[in-house]
Amino acid sequence: MALDVREAAPAGTRGRPRREITTAFVVSRIVVLAVAAAILLYAVPPLVATGSWVALGLLCGVSAAIAYLYLTRRFIPAKYLIPGTVFLVAFQVFPVVYTLTTAFTNFGDGHRGDKAAAVTAIETGSVRQAPGSPEYTLSVATRGEELVFLLVDPATKQVSLGTADGLTPLDGARVGVTGKVLAAPGLTVLKAPEAAARGQEITALAVPTGDGVIKANGLSRAVEGKAALVYDAACDCVRGNGGTWTADESQGYFVNARGEHLAQGWQVNVGLDNFARVLTNPTISGYFAGVLGWNLVFALVSVLGCFALGMGVALALHHPRMRGTRVYRILLILPYAMPAFAMLLVWRDMFNRDFGLINQLLGAEIDWLGQTGTARLGVLLVNIWLGFPYMFLVTTGALQAIPRELTEAASIDGATPFRAFRRVTLPLLLVALTPLLISSFAYNFNNYNAIALTTDGGPFPADSPQVGGTDLLITYTFRLAFGAGGAQFGFAAAISVFIFAIVAVISAVAFRRTRKQEEVYA
Amino acid sequence: MRKRALGVAALATLAFAATACGSSPSASPTAAPSASASAPAAGGGTLVIWADPLRVKPLQPFAEQFGTENGVTVEVKEISKDNQMTFLTASQQGSGPDVMIGAHDWIGNLVQNGAIDPVTFTEEQKASFSPKAIQAVTFDGQIYGAPYALENIALIRNTDLAPDAPATIEDMIAKGKELKEAGKVKEVLCIPVGQKGDAFHVYPIFASGGGALFGATASGDPDPKQVLLGSEESVKAFGKLKDLGEKGDGALRTSLTNENYIVNFAGGKCAYLVSGPWAISEVKKGGITYDISAVPAFKDGKPATPFVGVQSFFVASKGKNKALAQEFVANYVTNKDVAKALYDADPRPPALTAALEEVQAADPDAAKFLDAGKDGMPMPAIPEMAAIWEPFGIAENAVVRGGDAAKAAAAAQKAIDGALKN
Repeated sequence: MALDVREAAPAGTRGRPRREITTAFVVSRIVVLAVAAAILLYAVPPLVATGSWVALGLLCGVSAAIAYLYLTRRFIPAKYLIPGTVFLVAFQVFPVVYTLTTAFTNFGDGHRGDKAAAVTAIETGSVRQAPGSPEYTLSVATRGEELVFLLVDPATKQVSLGTADGLTPLDGARVGVTGKVLAAPGLTVLKAPEAAARGQEITALAVPTGDGVIKANGLSRAVEGKAALVYDAACDCVRGNGGTWTADESQGYFVNARGEHLAQGWQVNVGLDNFARVLTNPTISGYFAGVLGWNLVFALVSVLGCFALGMGVALALHHPRMRGTRVYRILLILPYAMPAFAMLLVWRDMFNRDFGLINQLLGAEIDWLGQTGTARLGVLLVNIWLGFPYMFLVTTGALQAIPRELTEAASIDGATPFRAFRRVTLPLLLVALTPLLISSFAYNFNNYNAIALTTDGGPFPADSPQVGGTDLLITYTFRLAFGAGGAQFGFAAAISVFIFAIVAVISAVAFRRTRKQEEVYA
Repeated sequence: MRKRALGVAALATLAFAATACGSSPSASPTAAPSASASAPAAGGGTLVIWADPLRVKPLQPFAEQFGTENGVTVEVKEISKDNQMTFLTASQQGSGPDVMIGAHDWIGNLVQNGAIDPVTFTEEQKASFSPKAIQAVTFDGQIYGAPYALENIALIRNTDLAPDAPATIEDMIAKGKELKEAGKVKEVLCIPVGQKGDAFHVYPIFASGGGALFGATASGDPDPKQVLLGSEESVKAFGKLKDLGEKGDGALRTSLTNENYIVNFAGGKCAYLVSGPWAISEVKKGGITYDISAVPAFKDGKPATPFVGVQSFFVASKGKNKALAQEFVANYVTNKDVAKALYDADPRPPALTAALEEVQAADPDAAKFLDAGKDGMPMPAIPEMAAIWEPFGIAENAVVRGGDAAKAAAAAQKAIDGALKN
């Protein structure tokens, strides 16, 4: 670092000390830049394919900036700041901004694409085969550069030429046994691979007939069909099937006079609707207080339980007369090292009333996950079991940093061990660990896995299938947003904003208090 | 010397980075008409098929054969989690497949998201499938996929313990209780309930008790505007589930879950199992002698109609090569050999009648399952079905634990109505 600072100094009159350029330095720089360039290059084809020119421009700009930054000798601090900033933007700022913007839309099932996509889907989905029309055997040919269809009516063996202008009878074509045209005068019949290569043109070609179009159905058949529903740009509506559906830009649906809508909708801005729904919907606001209360208890008890247990064990192993600490440490880290997903499922099965290990060991008949009280106790136990090794690890670390002389001094001053712990060790520990406790609280407040994989929110009372006894805000709202009504990303995003606000307020208050505490200890 | 090396390296890297941007605009026109244009001489086009792990392997040889015949590259990609959601998200971003494999009850949701295209069959092709399969893949009057396998649940019984197929639910419960009292089994019936209920498995019993999910529209499709879960008949049916539950006969128990119900049967802990073709391999591993029959109905009850699910091939709307996809789905996988290969990998009765006949000759189980589902109802493919599963399951769980049937049914109805309004 010191070298770099000197490097950054303006070129003086004297020969300034230079960083020695070794082969390793050059090679490593090339490798890092090449990897960066490779990653950026990798992103180019999909962006080109989707025509995202703005994103592509951004990408090029960023690559140029990175290349410039690392190939000059200037901007030393930026060299260190840029990677962190890029990751911060990519993994923190972008998701937050995206969530916020999504919260104002109706993005979700039925509203995933834009209006043009919805219109296409409505029209293609409504194409019905013209009654009584033949199912042509299709061969694809070219007339000069133009792609044409050779259509054989299987009943009459009549060959027709289908172009964008219409259908005309064709004489002199040779038809093979499968009904496909082998050769035709003036045309080049395409072989299967050649036809497959022009798949998009084949899909696009529509041969107009009396009141419909003949379109390819795969590469070897063609049928005459007609779209029952057609979009009319003049009235911004869809007509057909004896009805008119007018575009409603506030809902993102085509709606008819009776208020019914077509299945395919599009994404629109709904303003504050999603937020209003969270606040006014009786199934959400009605249960909110109860769920929030249990959620706070769950997060608090999880954190304090883990901390108390982890710290207790750490203190015990920290005691100078303790033997075999290494073995204990390895054993204690086991729950932490196991994949939590698998462990949660194992615990769920252990709590089973008739087949679970716990009842069998206790010889009991307790329906652990079937009653609110025991289910809550169960998830707390599981969560503490999973979480305390982490607290044990960090407490052990923090304990090493507290000089033993302090407690020894306290005992010489006549303090009991408990008093010494209470007055000396614990405050010093807390200074180091409070930020961790707060972040652990925020984590447990949104601990989706612990609930979803053990009780899945249950048990549910007979009269309220929406909210279960162990539901946290996150599991409860996940069910609302992704359960019954299909995926509702916009609504889910609005709920995330609320949950974020709750966690942020609690954390902010806690951090403020910690700062005061530190002042006291200091 | 060293300095020059750095300079060269820097220039090279810069040039490398510059080409990343410089080449892209010029590349776009050629890239636009799909990958096909890149190698027209060697044929062209790539067909991308997404399937779940069970189906990737049996599909591979046929996909390759299709590729050789049409001079294209066929890629079968395995998707193992949240297939429907993954497909929808990928389609939306333009990175989805050309052909997707999934259950027919996805159709409603896929259609409302504009993710799949209708498939046109000839009259001859339609006639070659079992009518139920065609009915299942038909949504809003259009066929949206090529069906290839049917699946439904049936009653699998341990013939050592229960030699005769029960005629009614009452018979089955009586026999199950008798065996339990004699200490030969631990459970009256192995059917998953769990802490959130299991609407799929309990549905035949519920239907036999007179319960219903939806009313019907004029065309005979399920009508999402008439949810019947809270109707008087459904309340009666929930009452019957309560009688079978923990405070009654003990045939339905919340401690039997999706994870343990088959294992319990395979371990000889119950004489009767309500499950589908997927349970058979585990039952065989347990060395149980078994037979398969339809889930019985209540004495004087309605028929115990199970849900019928149909595995299907879909043509993705946003696929890059729709002509090929249509060709594959409409004209190729409707082939008997493909259906049989998929059957060998995952023994669910084929939807193609010709394939089924061959399979039946070799494997009587397939025929028995199909027979057990002959009165079955194709699972409603309407998107609104998503709103049914959970409230129904929770109501089931509540009555099985001894809760009030009327209250549970009313709460489920309210929850579903609330969800459908949005």
